[in-house]
Amino acid sequence: MAKTRIKRNEGTPLDLDLIREIRVNRSAVERRAGTMGKRRTVKKEWQAAWLIRAISCIDLTTLAGDDTPGNVVRLCAKAMHPVREDLVQGLGFSPEDIKVGAVCVYHNLIKTAVDTLEGSSIPVAAVSTGFPAGQITHRQKLNEIRASVKAGAKEIDIVISRAKVLAGDWRGLYKEVQEFREACGEAHMKTILATGELSTLTNVAKASHVCMMAGADFIKTSTGKESVNATMPVSIVMVRAIREYYERTGFKVGYKPAGGIRKAKQAVEWLIMIKEELGDEWLSNELFRFGASGLLTDIERQLEHHLTGRYSSSYRHPMA
Amino acid sequence: MSIKKIYSTMEYGPAPESATSAMDWIKDHKGKFDLYIDGKWQAPLSKKYFETENPANKDHLAKVADAEGSDVDKAIKAARKALKGWVELGAHGRARYLYAIARQVQKHSRLFAVLESLDNGKTIRETRDIDIPLVARHFYHHAGWAQLKDTEFKEFKEVGVVGQIIPWNFPMMMLSWKIAPALAMGNTLVMKPAENTPLTALLFAEICNQVGLPAGVVNMITGDGKAGNELVIHKDVNKIAFTGSTGVGRIIRKATAGTGKKISLELGGKSPFIVFDDADLDSAVEGIVDAIWFNQGQVCCAGSRLLVQESIAEKFYKKVRARMEKLRIGNSLDKAVDIGAIVSPQQLRTIEEMVKKGVKEGGKLFQPSWACPTDGYFYPPTLFTNVTPSSTISQVEIFGPVLVAMSFRTHEEALKLANNTRYGLAASVWTENINLALDLAPRIKAGTVWINCTNVFDAASGFGGYRESGFGREGGREGLHEYMKPRYEDQLLAKPVVRNQKSSKSTRTDIPQIDRTAKMYMGGKQSRPDGGYSMTVKDFAGNPIGEVGEGNRKDIRNAVEAAHAGSKWTGMTGHARAQVLYYMAENLAARGDEFAARLQQSIGVSQADANEEVELSIQRIYTYAAMADKYDGHVHHTITRNVTLAMPEALGVMGIVCTDEFPLLGFISTVIPAIAMGNCVVAIPSETAPLSATDLYQVFDTSDLPGGVVNIITGKKDELTPTLADHDDIDGMWYFGSKEGSKLVEEKSAENMKRTWVNNGKHRNWIDVKQGEGEAFLRRATQIKNIWIPYGA
Repeated sequence: MAKTRIKRNEGTPLDLDLIREIRVNRSAVERRAGTMGKRRTVKKEWQAAWLIRAISCIDLTTLAGDDTPGNVVRLCAKAMHPVREDLVQGLGFSPEDIKVGAVCVYHNLIKTAVDTLEGSSIPVAAVSTGFPAGQITHRQKLNEIRASVKAGAKEIDIVISRAKVLAGDWRGLYKEVQEFREACGEAHMKTILATGELSTLTNVAKASHVCMMAGADFIKTSTGKESVNATMPVSIVMVRAIREYYERTGFKVGYKPAGGIRKAKQAVEWLIMIKEELGDEWLSNELFRFGASGLLTDIERQLEHHLTGRYSSSYRHPMA
Repeated sequence: MSIKKIYSTMEYGPAPESATSAMDWIKDHKGKFDLYIDGKWQAPLSKKYFETENPANKDHLAKVADAEGSDVDKAIKAARKALKGWVELGAHGRARYLYAIARQVQKHSRLFAVLESLDNGKTIRETRDIDIPLVARHFYHHAGWAQLKDTEFKEFKEVGVVGQIIPWNFPMMMLSWKIAPALAMGNTLVMKPAENTPLTALLFAEICNQVGLPAGVVNMITGDGKAGNELVIHKDVNKIAFTGSTGVGRIIRKATAGTGKKISLELGGKSPFIVFDDADLDSAVEGIVDAIWFNQGQVCCAGSRLLVQESIAEKFYKKVRARMEKLRIGNSLDKAVDIGAIVSPQQLRTIEEMVKKGVKEGGKLFQPSWACPTDGYFYPPTLFTNVTPSSTISQVEIFGPVLVAMSFRTHEEALKLANNTRYGLAASVWTENINLALDLAPRIKAGTVWINCTNVFDAASGFGGYRESGFGREGGREGLHEYMKPRYEDQLLAKPVVRNQKSSKSTRTDIPQIDRTAKMYMGGKQSRPDGGYSMTVKDFAGNPIGEVGEGNRKDIRNAVEAAHAGSKWTGMTGHARAQVLYYMAENLAARGDEFAARLQQSIGVSQADANEEVELSIQRIYTYAAMADKYDGHVHHTITRNVTLAMPEALGVMGIVCTDEFPLLGFISTVIPAIAMGNCVVAIPSETAPLSATDLYQVFDTSDLPGGVVNIITGKKDELTPTLADHDDIDGMWYFGSKEGSKLVEEKSAENMKRTWVNNGKHRNWIDVKQGEGEAFLRRATQIKNIWIPYGA
């Protein structure tokens, strides 16, 4: 991964007037969402290129109760070699060109991941702050962040207190996220809103703005554990908040949809949405990530199909 | 380009939809299409063909028959011949055919979509995702109406042979909007597609053949405006349905005036797109994309006038400009473009000239930095700011991707700007405040109001205009009435109903009576005629019984102004209006004997007949008082998540020329339903027996009827009618008089496209409840406004 060139979001004072004035019309957003993949498409070489770009933006993730060093090592190996070498060459790339954005694990597996990825420049991201529900004390959350940073995580995916959003406690949310950011130090902070639990798109928009004002480097849809995860309407609302924040402050905040993106076609749709709503600059892993585990396999199959003209099977691609 | 290069630029590439199947279909027909008449493909008697091209690359597509008068005549004869069988087939049989057509359209949807895109230049995304699915939906929906015809509309029958003329901007969609309801209600038809875009209509004709539609039920004649004109003026056509420009609509209105042909016109627009400071602005920007860059802006209901609240105007314009940079223009078959080609070089020139004019008049022009392709007829999305209502481009329909923007300070000002147009097709209102949205929606003069959405259509909802955007609705229950007529219409009489005249001569006393001068009635006050002339009223035997004012042009002018001043009535609730009407019935009943005596005196009917007329008048007032709060529209089942209201709204100010024969009942039967629905009326009562009407103003005064709701101008029908029919500030006009008068009213109404209802010289039996009262009167006194309200937290 290229060294960060983006000026890091320093946050701003909490602007409650701005939060109060936020309006989101769900039906209109859904209409935009519904046509996103219909107004644009990429075919042939363009599709292949876009899919490789998608790979570079994947936070290859395992977040399960039965994770062990064994499967995490496998995941890291895949992260470094996400596409079969013959395919990489067939597509006109060299193996070191194609890597995922990060590997994302629970705190206990940070060390394994860091060790395995050593020398690869792929950062390790750790979920934190009582992921996924965040129902632990604030102090415990701060401690968890510090411990993960100490263990070598370069990116911390925190969860916000959904209760603060539902209660409209924007000051509380602002303070919480600000302190998380402080605890992260040099590590980049991705702020998980758990949009599936925020009830309305208006809440999603408000929470997005508050988190950015509090210094989030990324805003992220979901933990992957809620019943509704990354949807296109939610994504449109969040990236529009990012755009507005950028226009207002000059800070570029990244975006990470997570959960439910399993198909290559979906990945392309999300990239299209980013290109359309935010612009080309956001189409890099510095500002855009997919939180996904199964997506990579489907992309590999599509890439093989691009080269051979035959539909591929998942067992032809090394598993994570 | 190498994958690696694309990987670094992340550009879009070409994504062409294949034209192969569509071109093969054309090839199968040897690139040449005849007319579809009587179930057969027939070479035009004109022996002439014209060419159709792809506006995105100027490629020749096919040769298409150029119908002349004799071809049109042949097609109409075929439709006439097929009518009886089609009617006798019955509701279920017709439903089966419509269902079969819907299925065929769906099965061949991509062929239709590609062909449409090639012929018109519109993007494949639109034909694939919007036009053709709506076409199939329209036939499915109307297969249902066909099935329900005999149960839902027992008292109605088909109109007969229908001539339909459709435009080039939505060839298949407009075809379906016209053919589906026509067939469903049992009509046969001759359609003329636009000369620029005939191909999908021809494919459709093929589908009619495939499903075994009886010969002659659908006839397709291709040609230009001359063929359209032949269709309009043909004697054996019972109805003309037209979608196109207001100019041509006016010609059709005039050409059919007095012929008894039913017409529906869906014409131009300059629809407002209103954005308030509490709107979801980013979504409103997408709304603009759907409003004015849908189909290259060649949309009659395009939101082409952007009205933005002053406090957010600059911020919003900036967002719109940024969005415009992201739009992609190109070959219509590219699956990743937003904007395709303009339909023809003529249309492109029109747009270019309008834009030049806009710049000349001081408008600030913005167009994206990218360039248009040069191989076809393309025009970039365009935004004009620094525009005022006086600028030409904010008044005239451009029919291209050109948006003009103005700001407003308050919602009342927004409303005024929105209504500051001759047109009234659609409007779009963006605010998150439902109170504000629903305050404006009923007050905007437009047939469709979209709240927080735009250019949304469905077969279950009506669509059509106010003012010079035409009349009649397409879609929904409201649209079906364009293709059927009440059964009683066949029973209307060529001569007036004869009533028993008293045998005795009129009574006269030798003692002079106190002079009671019946004045005219305006704005709730009695008023003397402007000209200062009076005319003598005679009884049935020719003896003078009084005098009334002889109204002139200026009286009409004053009355129309008084009627507009009474428009508070329109905003009153149905219940409140009903109270006034019941009170009116009460007061009329109290003076029943006097009104009966007046009838005996003036038209010489027997006492029993006079009493009956008074009694029926009271009953009729009761009927409309009852309906005042019950004629209340629908919530349509459309296919997106929203509430689609179909609200009957008063036309506004109506002119009513009453029948001569029933001086009291004729006046009551027409004026009362009109005001029950909230209209204000300028009425010309019976010319021969006006005193029953002038007697009524005392009843009005004692019944709390607000001033201006009913205005009565006495005088000579033939002199007053033209002024009324000509008046641009009258929204609707009913005429019950001579055949010539009917023609004149229809002709003159063309100027401001007022809604008309004339009797073509035929006579009703006003005593008969079927002919003299009922829903027909309410429907003619209202127009449906469809309001779309999407919801979702």
